Amino acid sequence: MAHVSRGFRGKRAKEREGDRLPPGQYLVEGFPVLSAGPTPHTPLEEWSFSILGLVAEPKTWSWEAFGALPKEEVRTDIHCVTKWSKLDTTWEGVSIDTLLEGVEHHATHVLAFSDGDYTTNLPLEDVVDGKAWVATAYDGRPLEPEHGGPARLLVPHLYFWKSAKWVRGFQLRDHDEPGFWESYGYHMYGDLWREQRYAGD
Amino acid sequence: MLGEVVELIDETPRVRSIVLDIPHWPGHLAGQHVDVRLTAEDGYQAQRSYSIASAPEEPRLLITVERLPDGEVSSYLVGELRPGDSLELRGPIGGYFVWEVRMGGPLLLVAGGSGIVPLMAMLRHRAASRTGAGARLVYSSRSWEEIIYREELERLASGPAGPLVIHTLTRTQPPGWTGYARRVDGAMLAEAAWPPSHGPTAFICGPTPFVEAVASALVLLGYPATSVKTERFGPTGG
Amino acid sequence: MVEATMRVDGNAMGGMLSELFAREVTSARMACDGCGKVEPLGAEHAYLQAPGMVLRCRHCEQVLLVVTRANGAYLLSFRGMRWFELPAES
Repeated sequence: MAHVSRGFRGKRAKEREGDRLPPGQYLVEGFPVLSAGPTPHTPLEEWSFSILGLVAEPKTWSWEAFGALPKEEVRTDIHCVTKWSKLDTTWEGVSIDTLLEGVEHHATHVLAFSDGDYTTNLPLEDVVDGKAWVATAYDGRPLEPEHGGPARLLVPHLYFWKSAKWVRGFQLRDHDEPGFWESYGYHMYGDLWREQRYAGD
Repeated sequence: MLGEVVELIDETPRVRSIVLDIPHWPGHLAGQHVDVRLTAEDGYQAQRSYSIASAPEEPRLLITVERLPDGEVSSYLVGELRPGDSLELRGPIGGYFVWEVRMGGPLLLVAGGSGIVPLMAMLRHRAASRTGAGARLVYSSRSWEEIIYREELERLASGPAGPLVIHTLTRTQPPGWTGYARRVDGAMLAEAAWPPSHGPTAFICGPTPFVEAVASALVLLGYPATSVKTERFGPTGG
Repeated sequence: MVEATMRVDGNAMGGMLSELFAREVTSARMACDGCGKVEPLGAEHAYLQAPGMVLRCRHCEQVLLVVTRANGAYLLSFRGMRWFELPAES
């Protein structure tokens, strides 16, 4: 074991919060920013969200059209694979169920894609039935670019790398294919409670 | 490897130098850094990189740390750490952002806040070698009180072959201040930096936005990109 | 337009990589598979605040190298480099 640094505790707020923390996680104050690349800044006039792939008809919304969709307020805990967790975070977003309304498809899986070439894969059943949103506000304010603004995916029941920042759409597929972190050794699914952080977990 | 904390030196209200005794230290080059790793009793670890402040000629290793508002490592190093404690570290690291006297000059050093640390190692090495290579330092700080190594820089600058030290104070200035009082920009560098025709090598260190703005400005002034070396600290500093 | 306050230099990955390669690697050169430009590791762009470390080409931001740590092992993916040059002696 490494040399223990006398008196060092680190920034963890509390060790456990009942059983709300999945195994291996700790609480943090603040909202850490993690990024695999430069922060994109797509102007809103150029922004769009699309549903593509195995669909009868692709669908696209401009920022304005997206803003007119019904929104939900979400209060949830979020958990990063790097072990920090935040409880009771509040968001506002459009449910994926709303986005998929009327979309004819035979898909079983989704590849979410973002500005900056980031992708992440999910089973379709993990983003429907009230389990996922495209969020445009956090803590009562428009989502900041460093946290994924103007819009990010929000899938709180999986590790937060699946909640793709700067999301621009979904590719619907009939098979599972690894996205960015998944192709570098992270788990294809990412279940919090089974601690599926890395491939093979 | 483990280093023993021998002495703590308060440089400014938020900045402290840590003097370390490290058995079997292999020696280092000015500009290199060490990775410091802290381990809590339950195994939780945090690691950060800190530039070496001491010249290779000095008998003991110094690192200089700025305490950041929500820094879990820096608030331990500038706060809890005591003489007699041991620090786990790895290094020296880096062969790219280094300067040795035999590389020649002139040197242009541009520092933003705690970015001065690796550049100070270069200036200390330069002074210890009594080299004739020219050196200019452009150093951006928020205020006079926050200038790290201020007195030593004055001493070095007043010496016979001392570096030219140009301060800019971006937030507050002491009464009667006649120096620069703004962020480093192209116009300031055009006045303060070596002209490209002198063949200078530039080392820039500080927060990422600072480093990128200065690097772009130097390239616009005519510095070849290969002569501009950078060490970015990320968003909040070292 | 991109913002890059999180970006640091490849130098910052130097400690971990130099340990893995048993030699100094921040001055080791690499060729980007995207734009072909050759730079030393220390000059490339590094993003360390992530589930892994990502090294990107300073010219075209293409991913050069990704390092993740899992279950006691390092996983290195060099897929964005045409080649990576290491000094013969450590």
